[in-house]
Amino acid sequence: MINFSYTIWILIIPIFMFLLLGLLGMKFKPIISGVLGTIGLGVVMLLSYYAAYQYFFQLPRIDDAYQQILAHNITWLNLSASLQIKMGVFIDPISVMMLVVVSTVSFMVHLYSIGYMKGEKGFQRFFAFLSLFTFSMLGLVVATNIFQMYIFWELVGVSSFLLIGFYYERPSAVAASKKAFIVTRFADLGFLVGILLLSYYTKSFDFLNITGPVGIEVTRNLTQTFLGMSVATWALLLIFMGGAGKSAMFPLHIWLPDAMEGPTPVSALIHAATMVVAGVFLVARLFPLYSFAAPDALTVIAYVGGFTSLFAAVIACTQFDIKRVLAFSTLSQIGYMMLALGVSGYGGEKGLGYMASMFHLFTHAMFKALLFLGAGSIIHAVHSNYMNEMGGLRKYLPITHLTFLIACLTIAGLFPLSGFWSKDEILAAAYEHNKLLFMVEYLVAGLTAFYMFRLYFRVFWNKEPHYHHKPHESPLVMTIPLMFLAIASIFAGFLPFSKMITSDRLPFESETNLMVAIPSVAIGLVGILIAFLLYKKDNVRVEKIVKGLGGVYTTIYNKFYIDEVYMFVTKKIIFNLISRPVAWFDRHVVDGFMNGIAGVTVLTSRKIKGAQSGQLQHYAFFFVLGAIAFALIFIYLWQ
Amino acid sequence: MNLDQFLIMRHELLLIGVVLLVLIAELFIKSDKKHHVIPIALILFLLYTIVGFLPAKTGVLFGGMYQTSELVILFKNILNVAVFIILLQSASWLRKDINHERISEFYIILLSSLIGMNFMISAGDFLMFYLGLETATIPLTALAAFDKYKNKSAEAGIKFILSSALSSGILLFGLSILYGTTGSIYFTEVAEKLVASPLLVLGFIFFVSGMSFKISLVPFHFWTADVYEGAPVNVTSFLSVVSKGAAAFIFMVILFTVFKSLSNMWGDVLYLLSILTMTIGNLFAMRQKNMKRFLAFSSIAQAGFILLGIMGASELGMTSVVYFVLVYVFSNLAAFGVVSVISDKTGLESMDDYNGMYRTNPKLSLIMMLALFSLAGIPPVAGFFGKFFLFTSAASKGYYWLVLIAVLNATVSLYYYLLVVKAMFINKNDAPIAKFKSTFTDRLALIICVAGIFAIGFASPIYELIRKLSFGL
Repeated sequence: MINFSYTIWILIIPIFMFLLLGLLGMKFKPIISGVLGTIGLGVVMLLSYYAAYQYFFQLPRIDDAYQQILAHNITWLNLSASLQIKMGVFIDPISVMMLVVVSTVSFMVHLYSIGYMKGEKGFQRFFAFLSLFTFSMLGLVVATNIFQMYIFWELVGVSSFLLIGFYYERPSAVAASKKAFIVTRFADLGFLVGILLLSYYTKSFDFLNITGPVGIEVTRNLTQTFLGMSVATWALLLIFMGGAGKSAMFPLHIWLPDAMEGPTPVSALIHAATMVVAGVFLVARLFPLYSFAAPDALTVIAYVGGFTSLFAAVIACTQFDIKRVLAFSTLSQIGYMMLALGVSGYGGEKGLGYMASMFHLFTHAMFKALLFLGAGSIIHAVHSNYMNEMGGLRKYLPITHLTFLIACLTIAGLFPLSGFWSKDEILAAAYEHNKLLFMVEYLVAGLTAFYMFRLYFRVFWNKEPHYHHKPHESPLVMTIPLMFLAIASIFAGFLPFSKMITSDRLPFESETNLMVAIPSVAIGLVGILIAFLLYKKDNVRVEKIVKGLGGVYTTIYNKFYIDEVYMFVTKKIIFNLISRPVAWFDRHVVDGFMNGIAGVTVLTSRKIKGAQSGQLQHYAFFFVLGAIAFALIFIYLWQ
Repeated sequence: MNLDQFLIMRHELLLIGVVLLVLIAELFIKSDKKHHVIPIALILFLLYTIVGFLPAKTGVLFGGMYQTSELVILFKNILNVAVFIILLQSASWLRKDINHERISEFYIILLSSLIGMNFMISAGDFLMFYLGLETATIPLTALAAFDKYKNKSAEAGIKFILSSALSSGILLFGLSILYGTTGSIYFTEVAEKLVASPLLVLGFIFFVSGMSFKISLVPFHFWTADVYEGAPVNVTSFLSVVSKGAAAFIFMVILFTVFKSLSNMWGDVLYLLSILTMTIGNLFAMRQKNMKRFLAFSSIAQAGFILLGIMGASELGMTSVVYFVLVYVFSNLAAFGVVSVISDKTGLESMDDYNGMYRTNPKLSLIMMLALFSLAGIPPVAGFFGKFFLFTSAASKGYYWLVLIAVLNATVSLYYYLLVVKAMFINKNDAPIAKFKSTFTDRLALIICVAGIFAIGFASPIYELIRKLSFGL
């Protein structure tokens, strides 16, 4: 029997680092605290790799299924005789996978930050917060029960609040961090109510119980209904609401683009690979329940995911701030993952969507972290977030350029990069279950390729603006993480995911569906081509080159014509008719609704303030009135 | 009275001893050295607090008028710790010249009020309960007017005594109706003879109104804001923490024991009261700029949450209420402690004055943030568990809508608690509150509070102990 008790160190090291750097950080030189934090995370990463190796390759399987192991589980509070709150480390395929993802990206971000944050005020504080965040995220993924998960979930919220608001002297950063915190808290209230409901009926918080046969049986046979839906569906939808908040699903997505105010490495860590996928992880963790007890909830998840992926991809085409493009792209990709879970069944081939979702989570973490860190390197070089102030950077930033290109090709889903494999599985899963969503995802695949290469060409090719300082490549400490992640992005797709992470923990064979894969690559290529034609150089020059090619008039005419169509379609139709209204809707209606809630509350409080007049006789009057009103209600109306 | 009986009543008797000793000390200290009373009173009260924790007998005295159980003793100890923290926090305020002549007055009046509370929560019949309640309240009105040279403080005293006279009147009216319908004032006998009739409902509602005044539940809360603002900070914290906690506890005990058979009805009464209290308390708190008023209104909202636990009407419910009060003591006193220190040193009490405080007084700002996070119920600080247990208690009775409203209110409250955090850490201020060094007693009080906030959240034995002592219907 292999012992996993060492995995507790995966949690102890980061929290120790947080305390060390938080309490004594100011006593060290900045660089020392950075190196300390990075080494700590390095150890965590190696431990996670070792755990993954042992789990997947050494641990014997029972009846061919991967085991679920409670490496640690201490009872923390005895709530009642049957209900206990525990804390521990839970080892199963998805938690092990998440350990690898979180520790890898966190380590890369730590390393990168030594270069990126050099000379910033509060360097030590930054590393302390990074450690705290990593601790919270790791605690979340290894949670043995839903209550532990909730506690770490909130800790993730608090530490991301601190990280996004790191530049506290910038009012926009502060506003963004507050928005992120409040919106996710608002979603979390659904989560909390869902937990209460679920634990009340299943009499347990433990994942092993509630997603095991007994928990499923109890949840499934609940006869109580509320507003026409069963209590089980309500509970699981409310829990999904918490997940949708953290994963920024429409309409709770509004915090994510603003959260780009945080330092770029933070965006890479929080908004690419860890916190935003917590919602996906949550649904995956409770997947057996969703699948058996509340298929309606899964349908909701599929449509929310599908809509968000399309909505965000369209908006991404119009953004000029490179980090915002990436933010919307993240929304879109997480929408993919949610959709995959939503269309998945349970067990074997039917669980393709589940496996595809986890697979895409894994590959996306690598290439999106790479994109964000690459964007950080660009911003570091030109001191701007706006692509209008960039161009021709390939000459100055060779390593960033190459790694960024790899990431763009990966996200566009080109064979044989990792994005291709995971996206293909998602499309195949959608194809089997829901043709409408499948078509939507094809469209999104094209849009994704287009907006990523729009970004790529604008930044690395196109016309070079006048730079005040000559841009220079980032130091090695920043480019090494880029190179590592680039390699991971290329090869991660060759992992035999269907043999490792499946809905019922039984490995199965998955095949590449050529009927799905070939068109998806073709659509990606079309997107890249449009971007190439429009943004490789200034549009006027594109036109000149087309004319200058000479040759047969009709050919020129046709090329010109096609060019115009492309221009018309992208610039006129997509930009003006779709993207702008969608962006407007987002800014005014969705944001406005959220602001409206706050406004109404403040207004009401102003109105009722009149009652608090300071006049004692009024107080006495209200007192007696209240007593009499209560007496009347309960004597006459109450039965 | 033999030793056994003495041991049963030791909290009250020892406290009377402390008051007398302070009075005697006052007689023998020269008039220019009155501040020596402070350490004497602190040490005496500390000894009394420690003795309170020693294991002792429980039982019934005076033919059932006075009773005590392990849970009651535990609750008295919670109150003692809270009062000890308040005494520490008030030390530097009392040292000011203007208070010099009245130092022992403060101790004598405050501790007398505590004696009343101890009797109140040990009551076995309505007479003892009422006597305890009044013994607790009347000294408090004097305390509210303690800064008598300030108009606001005098106003607070007058408003407090007049409104509590009104509430006592209604409460007594309710109690006499109860006596009229059941023929007894003993808790156990009233419980047996209770039959729902319109008259009894009237009496019950009047009783609830009177208690709601003490716990400041909406719509019986109007006195709170003016009194809390006018009274000296330390008195405000006593009112909002100790006085409210004691009243909530006896209210729960009476509902659980005396009105057991009416539990369906009082569940619905509390349903209404808790929605009103949480929501209106929050709406008012949101607009407060004076820190004392702000904490006062936020404490109204907190009282609304306590009702959720009571409504659970179970062992879990009682556990959650006592646990919440314990958490609330430390969190609220930490917040009041910071406000008190700043008010003492600078005289500033407005939220805007706190802008940029993190730069100059980082430790105080951090403690304040911790306290506010605990009040707002952000995990993993103790306040979160307090609220969580209250919600669980209400949810296990099937009050899903109420829990939903409560969680929404908790989210709204997060907004205004964050406003203060934002002021301290984020808002720009060219002239933030100057850096200052707090006194030993202030620091000790804050350290106890912070330790409490962490210890209660993380140590499960405390919760388990309360659960063991609690009982349901």
